[in-house]
Amino acid sequence: MTTATLGSRTLAPDAIALGSRLAGVLLVCAALSAMSDAFLTPSNLLNVLRQASLVFLLASGLTFVVLAAGLDLSIGANVTLSACVAATVIRATEAVVPGLAAGLACGAAIGALNGVMVTWLRLPPFIATYGMLWVVHGVSYWYMGGRTIYGFPETFREIGSGHLAGVPIPVYLMAACLALGGVFARYTTWGHEIYAIGANPAAARLSGVPVRRRLMLVYVLSGAMAGLASIVFLARLNSAEADMGEALLLPAIAAVLIGGTSLFGGAGSLSGTLVGAILLSLVLNGMNLLAIDTTWQPLVTGLIVLLAVWIDIVTRNRTA
Amino acid sequence: MRAAGPRPRLTAIPGVAYLLAGLFLVFAIAGSGFASVANLLNIGVQSSILLLLALPMTLIIMSQGLDLSVGAVLGLAGVVLALVLADGGTLPLAFAAALAVGAAFGVLNGLLVVGLGIPPFVTTLGTLGIAQGAALVATGGHSVSGLGGALPALYAGTWLGLPFSIVVAAAAYAAFHGLLYHTRFGVYVFALGGNPEALGLAGVRAPLYHVGVYAVGGLMAGFAALLLTGRMNAGHPIAAIGMEFDAIAAVIVGGTSFERGNGWLPGTVLGVLTVGVLRNGLNVLAVPSSLQVAGIGLLVIAALLIDSVRRTR
Repeated sequence: MTTATLGSRTLAPDAIALGSRLAGVLLVCAALSAMSDAFLTPSNLLNVLRQASLVFLLASGLTFVVLAAGLDLSIGANVTLSACVAATVIRATEAVVPGLAAGLACGAAIGALNGVMVTWLRLPPFIATYGMLWVVHGVSYWYMGGRTIYGFPETFREIGSGHLAGVPIPVYLMAACLALGGVFARYTTWGHEIYAIGANPAAARLSGVPVRRRLMLVYVLSGAMAGLASIVFLARLNSAEADMGEALLLPAIAAVLIGGTSLFGGAGSLSGTLVGAILLSLVLNGMNLLAIDTTWQPLVTGLIVLLAVWIDIVTRNRTA
Repeated sequence: MRAAGPRPRLTAIPGVAYLLAGLFLVFAIAGSGFASVANLLNIGVQSSILLLLALPMTLIIMSQGLDLSVGAVLGLAGVVLALVLADGGTLPLAFAAALAVGAAFGVLNGLLVVGLGIPPFVTTLGTLGIAQGAALVATGGHSVSGLGGALPALYAGTWLGLPFSIVVAAAAYAAFHGLLYHTRFGVYVFALGGNPEALGLAGVRAPLYHVGVYAVGGLMAGFAALLLTGRMNAGHPIAAIGMEFDAIAAVIVGGTSFERGNGWLPGTVLGVLTVGVLRNGLNVLAVPSSLQVAGIGLLVIAALLIDSVRRTR
């Protein structure tokens, strides 16, 4: 059943949608290279990819939540707290691995709390994760108390700012997550079940899908990806502060929606989210190159979010 | 149709009232100076801006919507008010500009939600970014001061011994009570949350009223800018960030739920006072504001849980 919906019927419009978004990327690239000489250089393009990788890591977990017709508004706050916890552990132990584990565990734990609220307590996902956003936000500010934790070992900072064969390390992480997540979504039963839950939860339950357990998985995954993103962000910034992750929520949602994943669940893909993250990073990079003040960024990101959902709704109405 | 309104929620009255009384007692015992007249007036003043946002939020949540942008729109309207005053404009002109900015964002939210069918929380998250960005762009990230004497004079005024902002909040409550319980618009708001299809079939132009609900939300954010800017005597682009959360918390704690068009306006007043008492009491007890935010987050989740348990029973 799930393979049928994933097969010929939805694949063709999805391929068209992805194609049109790739065309959008090329169009923005063409416009930017015409406007700025600095754009079409290898170092700048790698820089765009590096920026995109942070957004993608955060948005990839969110993609699965949205595919299951849920939402996770707590991921930005989650990045902050996970980064602060990881930073504390790294400074205390002067070792990288415990810090990585702590960051991932903190992210996954917040995701698990979201999952419990949505599945067992049956709260609406957007308001439950919105409440969680402020709980985590408050705990981070209280825990940090205005401090900044900085100065991490060189090996740790490599995760965020290092290169391998000329390509930034976060880009490899992005590629690995894309490959793993793509295979999970397309070729595993669990992945198909997540699409089925998003398309029609009642039908999914009646066909024997363990809806609660899969939703739980999706929220834990989203939290854990926020934990991973927090590690990359922390390694890049080389410092942890109580407001570091706040501004990441809107870009992550934007990447998912530009990527064509439907807010109503059941349709979309991780490769779409990759295109969304790259498109968003291109626009922000272009604004930097054209020396537009960074105060414009939230305004532009907000406009892009609305535009992306609107295009999605219009195109879906037309194909339906 | 009128009977479908406030009555079924009478069971919700004790919950929030007991919560408010309990919090009040705890703080009165634990915090010295909490139960003084000066501090109680202080709670009233602090809660008045919140009430201006929570009243329209009640209508929005009743219509199964949400508005995450009110804090950012309030911030932008405050900046516009301050910029007009700093530019030498009169107070009525500045206030009209703030109202216009707020109403424009409200109508935009309404058109996006109702006209294009974009889910409200994403719509208003997008307009939150736009309003916050616009406030930063307009001010370059700095506060706007030098507003002249008209606004401080108005804000410092009293009526029957009550501070200006409490008088404004009381008037706003009276207006919303009349609007929700004694006009056709109010009846339609209940119906929008309960059964929008029936409203359409009854020949009511439901989309128009639905946009109106969001427009009122934006307009009130513009109105609240008068109190916010008056209190600070400056316009600050990030002054109201996060205030939408306090407003949503107050509405939910007050017993209005996201389903079936259930709303109760007096409950919102109690919810606003609960949030106000909680923040003020925790301040008196010297609990850091970061933990206050976390506490309100837990309060919302707890209120949702109680509502969910009551529903399944």
